[in-house]
Amino acid sequence: MKLFNEPSPLETRIISFRFGLENSASIDTYLANDGYQALRKALAMTPDDIINEVKASNLRGRGGAGFPTGMKWSFVPRASEKPKYIVVNADESEPGTCKDRLLIQHDPHQLIEGCLLGALAVGAKKGWVYIRGEYNYLIHIMDKAIAEAYKHGYLGKNIGGTDFSFDLYTHTGAGAYECGEESALLESLEGKRGVPRIRPPFPAVSGAFQSPTLLNNVETFSSVPAILRMGGQAYADLGVPKSGGTRLVCMSGHVNKPGVYEVPLGFPMMKFINEIGGGVWKGRALKAVIPGGSSSPLLKAEECDIPMDYDSIAKAGSMLGSGGLMVMDETTDMVKVALRIMRFYQHESCGWCIPCREGTTWLKKMLQRVSDGHGQTRDIDLIGDLAQNMMGRTFCPLGDAAAMPTIAIVKKYRNEFEEYVARNPFAAPELVSIA
Amino acid sequence: MTFSPELEAKFADLITHYPEGRQRAALIPMLMFGQEEVGSITNEFMNEVARRLGLTPMQVDEVVGYYSMLHKKPMGKYHVQVCTNVACMLRGGAELYDHACHKLGLGHKEVSADGLVSLEEVECMGACSWAPAVQVNFDFHHEVTADQLDTILEGLKK
Amino acid sequence: MALVNVTINGVPVQAENGALLIEVARQNGIEIPAFCYYEGMSLQAACRMCLVEVEKAPKLMAGCTLPVAEGMVVRTESEPVVKARKTTLEFLLSNHPLDCPVCDKGGECELQDMTFKYGVGESRFTEVKQHVPEKQWSPVVFYDAPRCILCYRCVRVCNEGMGVGALGISYRGVNAEIIPSHGDHLECDECGSCIDICPVGSLTSGIYRYKTRPWEMEHVGTVCTHCSNGCKTTLGVRNNEIVRGNNRDKSGINGEFLCVKGRYAFDFTQHPERLQTPLVRNEAGELEPASWSRALKLVAEKFKALAGPEFGVIGSTRTTNEENYLLQKFARTALGTYSIDHHRTGDVVTLIDALSGKTGQLAAIEDLYTSKAVLVVASDLAQQHPLLAGKIRANFRHHKAAVYAVTPGPVREDKIARKSIRIAEADSLAGVEQLRELLAKETELVIVFGDAVQGDKVRQLVAFGESLGIPVKYIALVDYANSRGALDMGLLPGLAPGYHAAAPGRSLQQMLDDSSLAALWVVGANPLKGGRKLAASGAFVVVQDLFLTETAQRADVVLPAASAYEKNGTVTNVCGQVQRLKKGVETVGAKTDLAIIGLLARGMGVDLGKVDADAVFAEIAASVPGYNQLPMPVILTGGAAQTHPVNGGVPASLVPGLIASARDTLFTTGSLTRYSKILNEVLEKPGALYR
Ligand SMILES: Cc1cc2nc3c(=O)[nH]c(=O)nc-3n(C[C@H](O)[C@H](O)[C@H](O)COP(=O)(O)O)c2cc1C
Ligand code: SF4
Ligand code: SF4
Ligand code: SF4
Ligand code: SF4
Ligand code: FES
Repeated sequence: MKLFNEPSPLETRIISFRFGLENSASIDTYLANDGYQALRKALAMTPDDIINEVKASNLRGRGGAGFPTGMKWSFVPRASEKPKYIVVNADESEPGTCKDRLLIQHDPHQLIEGCLLGALAVGAKKGWVYIRGEYNYLIHIMDKAIAEAYKHGYLGKNIGGTDFSFDLYTHTGAGAYECGEESALLESLEGKRGVPRIRPPFPAVSGAFQSPTLLNNVETFSSVPAILRMGGQAYADLGVPKSGGTRLVCMSGHVNKPGVYEVPLGFPMMKFINEIGGGVWKGRALKAVIPGGSSSPLLKAEECDIPMDYDSIAKAGSMLGSGGLMVMDETTDMVKVALRIMRFYQHESCGWCIPCREGTTWLKKMLQRVSDGHGQTRDIDLIGDLAQNMMGRTFCPLGDAAAMPTIAIVKKYRNEFEEYVARNPFAAPELVSIA
Repeated sequence: MTFSPELEAKFADLITHYPEGRQRAALIPMLMFGQEEVGSITNEFMNEVARRLGLTPMQVDEVVGYYSMLHKKPMGKYHVQVCTNVACMLRGGAELYDHACHKLGLGHKEVSADGLVSLEEVECMGACSWAPAVQVNFDFHHEVTADQLDTILEGLKK
Repeated sequence: MALVNVTINGVPVQAENGALLIEVARQNGIEIPAFCYYEGMSLQAACRMCLVEVEKAPKLMAGCTLPVAEGMVVRTESEPVVKARKTTLEFLLSNHPLDCPVCDKGGECELQDMTFKYGVGESRFTEVKQHVPEKQWSPVVFYDAPRCILCYRCVRVCNEGMGVGALGISYRGVNAEIIPSHGDHLECDECGSCIDICPVGSLTSGIYRYKTRPWEMEHVGTVCTHCSNGCKTTLGVRNNEIVRGNNRDKSGINGEFLCVKGRYAFDFTQHPERLQTPLVRNEAGELEPASWSRALKLVAEKFKALAGPEFGVIGSTRTTNEENYLLQKFARTALGTYSIDHHRTGDVVTLIDALSGKTGQLAAIEDLYTSKAVLVVASDLAQQHPLLAGKIRANFRHHKAAVYAVTPGPVREDKIARKSIRIAEADSLAGVEQLRELLAKETELVIVFGDAVQGDKVRQLVAFGESLGIPVKYIALVDYANSRGALDMGLLPGLAPGYHAAAPGRSLQQMLDDSSLAALWVVGANPLKGGRKLAASGAFVVVQDLFLTETAQRADVVLPAASAYEKNGTVTNVCGQVQRLKKGVETVGAKTDLAIIGLLARGMGVDLGKVDADAVFAEIAASVPGYNQLPMPVILTGGAAQTHPVNGGVPASLVPGLIASARDTLFTTGSLTRYSKILNEVLEKPGALYR
């Protein structure tokens, strides 16, 4: 399949190197390009060896939270009366993120192999790839790849002539961002409303169908075959300490060459924008960057001179998150950005808990009013205050995801909100207290 | 209620994907695939799925109401979805949506009188790096300009 | 379980390891506010009212789902906690109508209470609120979406508590709302539990809504009159009218449980056809109104003249123990007859006899909640004995009890049953036998059986139970509020109170069939229901009832009687548990059966001693085995005390008679059904058992 954007010579293509090859999704192409080599290796390893290799790689979850993958794999209980399962999170709905789509579109077998490695490591016999409903075409690609893998003996019974057996299926979502949250995803997988579960227990102990479940993002699973091929340490060395390897970063917004690019963790953000992305478009100046999907607080231009790894971005007050990097030029209207982000979370709030359900609604209404030119000065503080009141109080992290960017925008671009209010002819003057 | 043999086969296969006794898991895929054939999530369809999975119709209703891609009212034969989320907005998604509204004379989730086209302003659909994006049914269109959208819309045939 | 040390607000407390913080706090007198947490139901952690500060935790934690652990230090009233609470309330109120004065829940709304308590201050919300019109889902249930705070209590009580699952949640986010079982309406048990449990005025009752305000009512704790389960109910009374029934204080054997009858079917007391004055048959053969004095005089004279063995007395399954006791005493002494019976609905007598010499084998209601295993035989429990079924469900939910059912058709227990056997009622014992292996593996068992198991079959069932080699308790099901009391008080030919031998007399059927019967006195019963005939065409018939029943229509004198909500006394439920009735409203025109018996005795010059409920109960307590050791304080304070009538066997003097349950469904209650508007309005009204 044709590529949506040209690769850059500055990339380090470890998991995306098959993108753009002829028939890249076919098993033949895969086999001709290191495919299922890691599986062959792993079949001769103990589960502990596999997990240790993943631990050594310093791979961290690519779904958003960045949890160390090897550690997660070791949480799945060795002995279990119940069957164990693999679940791939291909719900990819975090605004700014469009990489899992490519990983399935161009290289579905890499994902299958990643699942097999996970299954070997934890002792799972069955798995599902939960694909968001909008990615209907990927279900066909994935189903076809799965069928090929069965035909070639990489799925099904006695894989590679051993007593290891594994079945893999696709499962479609039906339009709900919240189903990307792992416990809501599991509910959805079970045919229910996508409402998160009370945790603990975590999926590793009680996940799909109340059985121990290894749940990871598409990119996380897709990274494991390379790790086993090249060795955990070698993979880790590609990145920086504590953030091993490479990851796909989705560049969007006001740049000349938006696209999905694979770079080592720790790659400088400004270099990424300027050299890989060809700089801010139309010769304009950079205003701000959302570094890891719309849930991550935005960084002002002057805060962007940092390496892209989990810890550096956290230190700058934001998150590497899902790798959705959105670039904004100097003309960007921050009130409109705040409003659009809140509209999204309000639309996607599952409604289970009060602070998120009511908070996003109230905030959306206020931001809409300010943006429509009917704002009052007190609204600006109230917006920040309400977002703060949602933080850390909701049932799942969606509430935080809605609050964090709002708090950051109001704090960093308060002047723009004030300008909106100043344009309201009916804005009440600030009340002065007469003591 | 009867379905095409292909859909029946798909349903039969789906049921086998999940652990014994947990066939409810097939609910959302059945609704999604069935909707393509039935046109929308009708009461009759919900009751039929409920019967097959051993659920009450209300249990199916609870799920249908939750997911934004399950429509109780039929959408057009061509469901045009324009993303206006941040990445698309930064590259003209909102203007593109307005353009579509004017061009089609439709608003959010409205269907043309002849049932051919419907319009929806959607949330991020995973095309951010190739924004602004439009989906017609399940087909993606990337980096869509107003002119290109016109061409796409004009190409929607009965 | 191991105890751990926890510090709450600086006070060290001990608690079971893993217990929920919110419960531990409550047990120590510290209230953590909550909307969605509800004791005994599944956890939600949705409302976020219960957030507390836990040392070393990075953010506030939900107390409703937080298991306590050794060394945990918790603060429930610290500044961040109080602020979080306030803001959560502020969020809630943002989209909630602020018209408490017109809301039906005003005065007992938990949202209102919390707002007072945690003070939100002036509203910062100036946006437009969403409006959705209120919906009526059934004659009983109304739903007002904007008031709904989505605590999901209603959904859980219906699903988990009632085992019905008629409520769900649809849509999402701010549009999420509760939906009824059938699209736009409910088809359910109509029990109203969802309404009572709703913390706000979102679900309201079609019976009570907008009638009054909580503070304008008198609250009277009494016992439901409709079935033998004996639910405690608190009547809300205003202007001598019962406007609602509930049990929100969770007192008594039923906690909050009430079925549609207990919660709503008190309306028969207000029915326009209610008898207000005595009726006497005139020369023309028609019943005409008469004064009490005239009617009583007439009856007393006739009774005096007709007293003797040809006199028949049929007692009631709904009158109090005191009334039953006095009735049989009066009949056996002053009227000189031994022909006394009532509508027998279950074979308690044989059960007691079969268990003679054993103690502690008659189950109480609570046993259904605590026993490791329960076997239901030949009864559609959820319909015929709603509370018993509710207890079994709770037992399953909270203790994973093993439930077994042997029934002729589907029953609600199937959903939770370890095994269900479908078999004709007549073959119930064969069905039970099929479970032998499984049951023998249990460590204890309660067997609940319907009227299909009677006579020798009861003995066989007990023999089966005893052969299992595990402790087994039994419940012989009977139908009505005081069916058990009628048996205990000796409304039986050949058995005196406490199952003592008495001289034999006619059974109910024999009375109806005996053409030589000279007089028939029917107190609160309708033996001629369904077209049955009284053979003795010349017999003088006196009927005491609330309505002009088929039997009353045949009477020579009809005396209007008070209902159970209109008198004091005691009743004994299906498990032999004695509870106190408390008068909720005054009757207009009618008199209690106790008073009528007393007046007739006086008219006949018979001394029955002091005729008031307390005095008669004292006599019962002094003379009736099983009732002589009851802990009076328990009963007087509205509790239930179980009788222990098992003795050295029941004498064989009982004249056999028909034992047949009336097979009432959830929406019928013997002859009273047709006088309850609410029971007739619900869609499910015709109904059938085993559906
Ligand atoms: C609201 C919300 C949405 C999320 N959406 C996604 C998603 O679309 N894809 C994804 O992989 N993870 C998503 N996550 C993160 C998952 O909960 C989970 O952490 C992740 O799938 C674990 O895989 P990883 O360790 O490989 O990252 C989301 C989390 C939240 C709170
Ligand atoms: S924060 Fe609460 S309402 Fe929002 S998505 Fe999570 S559980 Fe649902
Ligand atoms: S009235 Fe009772 S059965 Fe009906 S919906 Fe409410 S709780 Fe459920
Ligand atoms: S109707 Fe009442 S009980 Fe049910 S969810 Fe709403 S507020 Fe809670
Ligand atoms: S179960 Fe019986 S006693 Fe309880 S409320 Fe219902 S009818 Fe009354
Ligand atoms: S923001 Fe439009 S597709 Fe992602």
